[in-house]
Amino acid sequence: MTITILGIIISALITNNIVFSQTLGICPFLGVSKKLKSAAGMGLAVTLVMTVSTLFTWVINKYVLLNLDMGYLRVIVFILVIAGLVQVLDILLKKFLPALYNAFGIYLALITTNCAVLGTAMLFGGDAPADIVTTFVTALFTGLGFLMALAVMAGVRERMETAHIPRFFKGFPIALLAAAIMAMAFFGFSTFSLGG
Amino acid sequence: MDKMDKKMLKRTALGGILDNPVFVLVLGMCPLIAVSTSFMDALLMGVSTAIVLLLSNVAISALRKITPSAVRLPIYLMVVATLVTILQMFLDKYIPDFYASAGRFIALIAVNCIILARAEAFAGKNDVLSSLVDAASMGLGFIVAIAILGGVRQLLGDVLGISIFTAPAGGFIALGLLMALFNAALFFAKGYAARREARKTRREARRSAKTVKEEAL
Repeated sequence: MTITILGIIISALITNNIVFSQTLGICPFLGVSKKLKSAAGMGLAVTLVMTVSTLFTWVINKYVLLNLDMGYLRVIVFILVIAGLVQVLDILLKKFLPALYNAFGIYLALITTNCAVLGTAMLFGGDAPADIVTTFVTALFTGLGFLMALAVMAGVRERMETAHIPRFFKGFPIALLAAAIMAMAFFGFSTFSLGG
Repeated sequence: MDKMDKKMLKRTALGGILDNPVFVLVLGMCPLIAVSTSFMDALLMGVSTAIVLLLSNVAISALRKITPSAVRLPIYLMVVATLVTILQMFLDKYIPDFYASAGRFIALIAVNCIILARAEAFAGKNDVLSSLVDAASMGLGFIVAIAILGGVRQLLGDVLGISIFTAPAGGFIALGLLMALFNAALFFAKGYAARREARKTRREARRSAKTVKEEAL
């Protein structure tokens, strides 16, 4: 069991990294990675929403949608759940953890339309759902994998500020090329597996 | 329709190029990189996204007067998600091969940032006709961008056998290079337009100077 969990963690963090391997959540990855501070806020907010919403959608999928044979309603239901959860989290954090709420900033609201969150929810809310422990651990570490990707990228981009970059490559093109090099590094881990 | 409206409509119609959703606004990146390993898949993905964009822009624009602004985002999301569900059923029945290979990314059209950005920035504020033009232009801009990316990746990855281009890393590289190319092309095109404009003003200035001189004589 421990080995399996470890395998899931390594897979979710590195070999199957949400940004570099699954190519999800690229918009915030490119948009919010200019500064380390905002990258950390966004990454943490995504991790939180991803974990909570994947658990909720897993339950709804398994006990409501699949029982009623209404799998085709998945997209609509999942989006509603995520949008609702983001609203609730927004209100709860503002009331009980204002410091964390300020750290998240506007990113919490933006997460409703983050495809990494819906993508992960869809992955575990299919026709044959995995067990709840696997789902929880994978969702949590997929979110942390996103945080890691964002933090690494922010570090690289903060350094690029002072570098001399050809005119037409300034901004997004050079960021994409940097992301490509990182993706290649992660691609190197793809043959790596541990107990499952 | 007066001149002002026509000018605005023309600007909207050019949005697909000047504000290209991929190369300038940098939106809709996930399907762009995930579903562009072959030209055909990329094209189908582009068309699917554009159809949802078009229909949702029209619906959101038509509903804009009865949409309370406080809950507009959930309403936009519901409109788009409904359209995506219909699209899923359609693709599952008629193009099952593509539906299988695109996988989750068809469902993820529902949270495609191009669609929500156009809903928020344009369709929610403008009339149905302008929203239709905007969606058509933006949709075409996306189709062209993803098809080019798919073509380049298939050519380099499958035909020439540089296998990295079929991996996500290759998608990042190809997109980065294409974006730089687009920047350069737009820069030179704008420079050309500016030079032409400058020549025209000079010529007009000379001509008017000449007339003034002739009149003085």
